[in-house]
Amino acid sequence: MENVRRIELVDVRQAASLGAREKQVKLKWIAAVLTVVMAGVAGAQNINAAGATFPYPIYNRWFTEYAQAHPNVHINYQSIGSGGGVQQTSEGTVDFGASDMPVADEKIAAAKVKFWNLPTVLGAVVPVYNIPGVSQTLNFSGDVLADIYLGKIKMWNDPRIAKDNPGVNLPAKGILPVYRSDGSGTTFIYTDYLSKVSPEWASKVGKNTSVQWPAGIGQKGNEGVAGMVRQTPGAIGYVELIYALQNKIDYGAVKSKDGKFLKGTPEGATAAAASAAKAMTTDFRVSITNAPGADAYPISSFTYMLIPVRFADPAKGKAMKDFLGWMLAHGESEASGMGYAALPKPVADKVALAINKIQ
Amino acid sequence: MSLDEQPNPSPQPTAPALTSFVAEAAPAGPEGEPSVIRRYLQTRGSGGLADRVFAGLMLLCGLSIFAIVLFILWILIDRSKLSLAQFGFHFFLRSAWDPVSGDFGALPFIFGTLATSLLALAMAVPLAIGVAVFLSELCPAKLRAPISFLTELLAAIPSVVYGLWAVFVLVPIMRDQLGPVLYQYLGWTGFFEGYNFGEGLLTASIILAIMILPIISSITRDIMLAVPISQREAVLALGATRWEMIRTGVLRNARIGIVGAVILGLGRALGETMAVTMVIGNHPVISKSLFAPGYTLASVIANEFTEATGDMYLSALIEIGLALFLVTIVVNAIARALVWAVTRGTPARVH
Repeated sequence: MENVRRIELVDVRQAASLGAREKQVKLKWIAAVLTVVMAGVAGAQNINAAGATFPYPIYNRWFTEYAQAHPNVHINYQSIGSGGGVQQTSEGTVDFGASDMPVADEKIAAAKVKFWNLPTVLGAVVPVYNIPGVSQTLNFSGDVLADIYLGKIKMWNDPRIAKDNPGVNLPAKGILPVYRSDGSGTTFIYTDYLSKVSPEWASKVGKNTSVQWPAGIGQKGNEGVAGMVRQTPGAIGYVELIYALQNKIDYGAVKSKDGKFLKGTPEGATAAAASAAKAMTTDFRVSITNAPGADAYPISSFTYMLIPVRFADPAKGKAMKDFLGWMLAHGESEASGMGYAALPKPVADKVALAINKIQ
Repeated sequence: MSLDEQPNPSPQPTAPALTSFVAEAAPAGPEGEPSVIRRYLQTRGSGGLADRVFAGLMLLCGLSIFAIVLFILWILIDRSKLSLAQFGFHFFLRSAWDPVSGDFGALPFIFGTLATSLLALAMAVPLAIGVAVFLSELCPAKLRAPISFLTELLAAIPSVVYGLWAVFVLVPIMRDQLGPVLYQYLGWTGFFEGYNFGEGLLTASIILAIMILPIISSITRDIMLAVPISQREAVLALGATRWEMIRTGVLRNARIGIVGAVILGLGRALGETMAVTMVIGNHPVISKSLFAPGYTLASVIANEFTEATGDMYLSALIEIGLALFLVTIVVNAIARALVWAVTRGTPARVH
């Protein structure tokens, strides 16, 4: 018994020392890699950012491309959501943030770090639906969409839907409104639009990243909404334009402020921004939903970077200014290829002016 | 010894001192020699200090559970101060959830959590006990290993996979096959009314039942296997049928353990987030119909926390976490009280 135990002990000891040796080797490796990395980074500018998930794909591409062209600047972006982006920017735990909706006055006033809302690209939201036997693209007026989501229009063959869609054989089928259950900028844009076109929506529900939906069911993410609509006859939902384009989902047209039925496109969103730009001051926190203009798609919105007015580290501020300049000059041209809408010229010019003021 | 000698170098001979030392060390030994065991123990030191240190360490480990629970509770209360101050304890009884106007209440979420969990238990417990009885008492040896393996495999599947399966398989079945049948035959009860879109409380309960089934059944099986064979043989020897033997000899002896397994399953059902979110409909209403959508405490936190704007909104979401914490404690306490009330002073009986 004693002998056996001793042998076991010896084995264990050997194993332990082997493990320790392996650990030492590993540690040496890590140390070596770290020193190499540190040497490479020495003198480099690390910028940390966090915020909205919607623009993450294009931001990520910009930051990667910019780091390739400027090896001494590294921008680390974490897509933690707009709410977290606003909070971390105002507390100064990140160098800059990003948000899908403009930050409210009282939040800016309460922030430890003062920051600007600079628009970067635009997104649009489109209605998707599944009606058995209907293959045509449907037209929706804003007030009809609002009343569907208010639960007042309950059937697809409702005369108000039929009025916008002459010649379409709409079935007597119940409507199931599907909304985003997770808080999202998409919901903010959509409810912002509904609030503008329906006074009842504005007073009963309002606009936010999540609202108290009067009817329907909630699904997580664009994929959840699109999936539910696809497999439920009679369902209607709303998704980001990007998501619909990438997944080749057909979507409906929405009546613009000028009375035309428009299908959502990146160009339509840019046109909406251009028409709103006329009334824009240096404060970019404007809603461009239901904007006037022949081609202005009504459910469009800016997404913002939250840039501190003054950087504590002047080198960092300089690096940030350089990046934003690069973004306007080169980055914007990549937007429409990825399904985002680029800023229209007048807005981009105003953003360039604001960038110059960063300290 | 040598210390004694130094200040007082008495002419005492060394030999008697030695004998007295031996006599002191083994005072009670009639043979004069300490036993082998005692000698061994003496080489291991007195043990007093080691024992106390060990006991102290273990006490610390035990108390860490209290510390963790209290810490969580403190953080939850501290972070939800704003909402606690605004709504007080009425928060748990209000049914508004309006992020726009900042009006919050937890009642629909508490309802959804309890309704889905209890329904899931009602479906899973009989099935799980059936599986366990079959595996431990009736199963041919050839089948036992594959069924046991599959049960444990079910327990290891991540909940998002259950959710996906539910979205693509269970929801259409509920909408097109099972739902209409339930409406036709049980519609009069009022539990299966309204438009059935395939998602809702019932679908969420079914997926929860499938998820907690393997936990309850595998623990129940282990407990039933732990009942001594002599119990079974004794009951059989008295002329009982197989069913009587299982009922009186096995289930009765294992019942406290089975309740423990059920409580574990309930714990998982209460806190399950992902799979439920994907099929419950995420609409905070309280409805009698099981076809209606609902919302659970865990789901609303997962859904809305990242994009929550405004301090009151965040605070209300953290208070939802507090509500989940309290619901879990209360439900567990009730379950334990029930067990205590039922099993108090009743030994295993055969009748």
